[in-house]
Amino acid sequence: MLSIRHLSLRFRRYQGLLRQSQVTRLSDLSLDVAAGEVLAVAGASGAGKSLLAHAILGLLPPNAITEGAITFQGRRIDQGCPPGLRGRRIALVPQQISHLDPLARVGDQLTWALRRTKAKGAPVEILARFGLGPEVLRLYPRHLSGGMARRVLLAMVSAAAPDLLIADEPTAGLDPENRDMVLALLRGHATRGGAVLLITHDLAAALPFSDRVALLRDGELCGMEDARDFTGTGTGAALCSPFARALWRALPGNGFDANA
Amino acid sequence: MAGIFLILRQILLLSLVSAAVFALMKVSPVDPVDAYLGPAIAHVSPEQKAQIAASWGIDRPAHEQFLAWAGHLLSGDPGHSTTYNAPVLQVLGDRIGPSLALAGGAWALSGLLGFALGLLAVAAGGWTDRVIRLYCYVLAATPTFWLAMLLLMVFSVRLGWTPICCAGPVGLPPEEVSFAQKLHHLALPLTALTLFGVAQIALHTRVKLAEVMQSDYVLMARAQGAGQWDIIWHHGMRNAALPAVTALMASVGEMIGGSILAEQVFAWPGLGRATVDAGMKGDVPLLLAIALLTTLVVSGGNLMADRLYTRLDPRMSGR
Repeated sequence: MLSIRHLSLRFRRYQGLLRQSQVTRLSDLSLDVAAGEVLAVAGASGAGKSLLAHAILGLLPPNAITEGAITFQGRRIDQGCPPGLRGRRIALVPQQISHLDPLARVGDQLTWALRRTKAKGAPVEILARFGLGPEVLRLYPRHLSGGMARRVLLAMVSAAAPDLLIADEPTAGLDPENRDMVLALLRGHATRGGAVLLITHDLAAALPFSDRVALLRDGELCGMEDARDFTGTGTGAALCSPFARALWRALPGNGFDANA
Repeated sequence: MAGIFLILRQILLLSLVSAAVFALMKVSPVDPVDAYLGPAIAHVSPEQKAQIAASWGIDRPAHEQFLAWAGHLLSGDPGHSTTYNAPVLQVLGDRIGPSLALAGGAWALSGLLGFALGLLAVAAGGWTDRVIRLYCYVLAATPTFWLAMLLLMVFSVRLGWTPICCAGPVGLPPEEVSFAQKLHHLALPLTALTLFGVAQIALHTRVKLAEVMQSDYVLMARAQGAGQWDIIWHHGMRNAALPAVTALMASVGEMIGGSILAEQVFAWPGLGRATVDAGMKGDVPLLLAIALLTTLVVSGGNLMADRLYTRLDPRMSGR
């Protein structure tokens, strides 16, 4: 469904008035996400995970320079995501409550989301699908708990029935119960034939819901692993890349060994 | 309870302002009788001057004068204006209309135009933004009276498009001036005062909107496929309105100050010119009445800002 080939991303920066410098944030990245699959993209802060999401959606700032090819369902989208795709076929599941306008009611924001993505359906029904009652429509974002906000965001995103979900840290700051609820919803999307790019730093929580794991470090892909290979306390012997093995052994419960 | 507190605070504010204005007028070197007589002073003996002062009551001790004025005010009579030789209420009544048209119109227009300009600067970006910003900086640094004189020189003197002064053709009684003539005379002072007010509002709106455009919820809107104007309409205006309203309400005082200068340059028969006349002639009752009116308007503007906040931003109402 989504195919990324040799994607590099640099930012132009002005130093003083005239001198320009370029900062490389992603280099020579290639990966595929197939229909029915959840691909977890894991890495530390600053590894370039969110930039990858923004690059796919064409939401990079104007001083960004991209190279390489991003193809979605056979269409090149690296030179700007066409209007018919963004929000409708590819959707962003954002990180936190700050992605809701603090001054607008949930109902209004849901209505705008429906209009923007040309989705059909009534806000009440869409909320009900995510276990939220009609009273939520009248609430402002600050009235929502973390779990409710996440469900509202998911409702806004999924109304247009997009094919590819790009979830950028959708579980950050959630308790285990709500975290698994969100991850199960994403898994369900893949099971119904969609695809999910799950950006996370919480590898252990994402593993049960993912098919494959791409490991990102300093803007480079340094391992593509099968999620099932992250097993066996201690060794992680089934993993292909040394970085993945080191990461696995560094997890709490697997020895907490950062220097192995 | 809050209402009583508000009224008490307002009364305290008005008393302090009137006491301060009164004290300042008493220490000013202007002698009301001399100012009233003007050149005729050559024909008036010191005894006659003392008689005038006695009939005005200004020969009594200052605190007695103030208390007498306050007593009259409480019974609904703010006194007699020596400048215009008419009751203060009548002077205010004659001049509040032109003042409202000028200062009120400029205030509303500068709010609307400033907000629109701020939105446009961010929405269009690039060169449009730079031009609007430069325009705002230049305007913010321009004194109103100088701008007014410049406009007069260009549009009234050189081009002859607008009248040179006043609220109607010279010599025509105010009640015979047609609406079109009124507008024609209002155009230039209104422009000068509006231009003065626009810059602040535009800059406040622009800064807040630029911040909003970097926010997570705008990123989310973009990810939903929303266009620039969709985002500004639904998220930008809502979130940028608060600082714009704050700046607009805070500018009420500046607008009144600016209107005093503009009315002076354009010989506009409003309260601003009456303020200057009253000050120059030591006309205490008129000046006090104008000061109290201005205090009410400025504090009312701030009060309105407080009330509007809770309407614009539900987070402030505690609901």
